Amino acid sequence: MDYLYHILVLAMIFSIFAMSLNLELGFAGLYNFGHIAFFAIGAYTSALLSLNGVPIPLAVVAALVVAGVIGAILARFTLGLTGDYFGIATLVFAEMVQLLLLNERDITRGPMGLPGIPRPAWIGSGPESLVWFLLVAGMGTAIVFLLLQRLANAPFGRALKVVREDEFVAQALGKDTTRLKTKAMVVGSVLAGFAGVLWAHYITYISPADFTLNETIFVLLCVVVGGKGTNLGPLLGGFAIVFFGEFVRFIPIPSEFSRFVAPLQGMIYGGLLIVMMLKRPQGLISESRR
Amino acid sequence: MLELKNVRKSFGGLIAVNDVSFDLGDVGISGLIGPNGSGKTTLFHLISGFYKLDSGTISLKGEPISGLPPHAISQLGLSRTFQQTRVLPFLSTLDNLISAAPNQLGENLLPLFFMAKKVRQEEALNREKAMEILEQLKLSDLATLPAGDLSYGQQKLLELGRVLMADPALIILDEPTAGINPSLIRSLVTTLKQLRDKGIKIFLVEHNMPLVAELCEKIYVMDSGALIFSGSPEEVQGNKRVIEAYLGRDNNAA
Ligand SMILES: Nc1ncnc2c1ncn2[C@@H]1O[C@H](COP(=O)(O)OP(=O)(O)OP(=O)(O)O)[C@@H](O)[C@H]1O
Ligand SMILES: [Mg+2]
Repeated sequence: MDYLYHILVLAMIFSIFAMSLNLELGFAGLYNFGHIAFFAIGAYTSALLSLNGVPIPLAVVAALVVAGVIGAILARFTLGLTGDYFGIATLVFAEMVQLLLLNERDITRGPMGLPGIPRPAWIGSGPESLVWFLLVAGMGTAIVFLLLQRLANAPFGRALKVVREDEFVAQALGKDTTRLKTKAMVVGSVLAGFAGVLWAHYITYISPADFTLNETIFVLLCVVVGGKGTNLGPLLGGFAIVFFGEFVRFIPIPSEFSRFVAPLQGMIYGGLLIVMMLKRPQGLISESRR
Repeated sequence: MLELKNVRKSFGGLIAVNDVSFDLGDVGISGLIGPNGSGKTTLFHLISGFYKLDSGTISLKGEPISGLPPHAISQLGLSRTFQQTRVLPFLSTLDNLISAAPNQLGENLLPLFFMAKKVRQEEALNREKAMEILEQLKLSDLATLPAGDLSYGQQKLLELGRVLMADPALIILDEPTAGINPSLIRSLVTTLKQLRDKGIKIFLVEHNMPLVAELCEKIYVMDSGALIFSGSPEEVQGNKRVIEAYLGRDNNAA
């Protein structure tokens, strides 16, 4: 049972992360390949502050603000780039963040990571805390989902889609495309930061190794499998991919092959991504079927 | 309304628009004609801000607009269509129109939460207006279809509908009738005349000469980037330089 709760919490965290990416990728058409950086920024900011005695609620708010501000800065420098170059620039940004976390040892302890990240007292740390955390994550997921639904069904969400479909037309219609995309990136970054915050205080130990290109591919998979351009898609996508990953773990594999398991998992994810793109590019939940 | 002074644009060695000056004045419908490659589309891109001028100035309603980004020019009351039709293929026909409403409060984040009621009212009004335009263009039955599924002619009409949503002061249309069937052309002509009667100024590029003669009070003629003549349809038809531009160059007697 505890194990199931644990997987549910992970699925919810990744669902939030996937929905935040989808606002940029699915709605605004921004292929952000460095979104993991904001997950990391949220996680590290909240962890460092709370380890240094800042009350957790305050640390969380600060983490969201930092993620948003850095999102705005990244937008400022990358939105002038067209398609492919935007993707590359964001990828490089995520690498830079990782290098920073690895090398600023005085602050981040480098590759050793940050252990003992505190949790709110009322959640506690024993087995019973799992239920509380499940509740918190569930509420967080619901709030993020409803918030994004509000944006998606409003003129704002429609305007993002106009920008995605045809930037020239958007401009001809009087839309300030850079401003719209900046807003999408800021909101996306804040929500990714929120997912990172939940992760940090749930796992209670973070290190730069948690925030690599692998995680970027993982969250892309959640969005693509779930269906980009809807909020329900990435929400379900997060659950589907996390549960799928756990399921793969239970396939009985003879112990002499066990060293192949990790790379095999990566290959299965990569293969799944390709199959989805070829066979069902719209994902499980299709945008046009409304 | 729209005034151009010594407008120039070159691509590498090619001068696409060469020192063009004119003032549309108060004319209801003005036309721009010229052989293929004479610089008409380039001029429209310059007016709407999609290309930057090399030199010269453009002003709309007396305000300089050259140098402004396209969205700012659009917000000042200039709407355009594209020569290559550009609808938003995955959005519904209705959403294509609603998204063309200018300055929507609900496209900003904070009002979505703090002025939700006002956003909803505005959205309802825009929806109503979009439905009326669909009715007028006889596209109502297709409202929920993705715009990418419409026929070429219907997409052209939808583009015109988008322009109507904006309540512009001036509309520029790049070959609005190219590739659409005669009955759609008639409904387009009717719509354009209604717009003119409402006081909206129209400036259009068109190769269909009888149509230009029927619609336009004044016609501007371009050749190799330069404005070579302007006048009433009768004057243009009898002008030697205009005839030369069409016949002398590439036998494109459209
Ligand atoms: N972006 C560009 N880069 C380089 N050359 C261009 C560009 N746009 C237009 N041109 C050139 O400028 C000239 C004018 O082209 P333009 O499209 O304005 O002509 P047009 O009058 O609209 O022709 P048509 O009647 O065929 O639409 C052409 O020689 C064209 O090849
Ligand atoms: Mg042209």
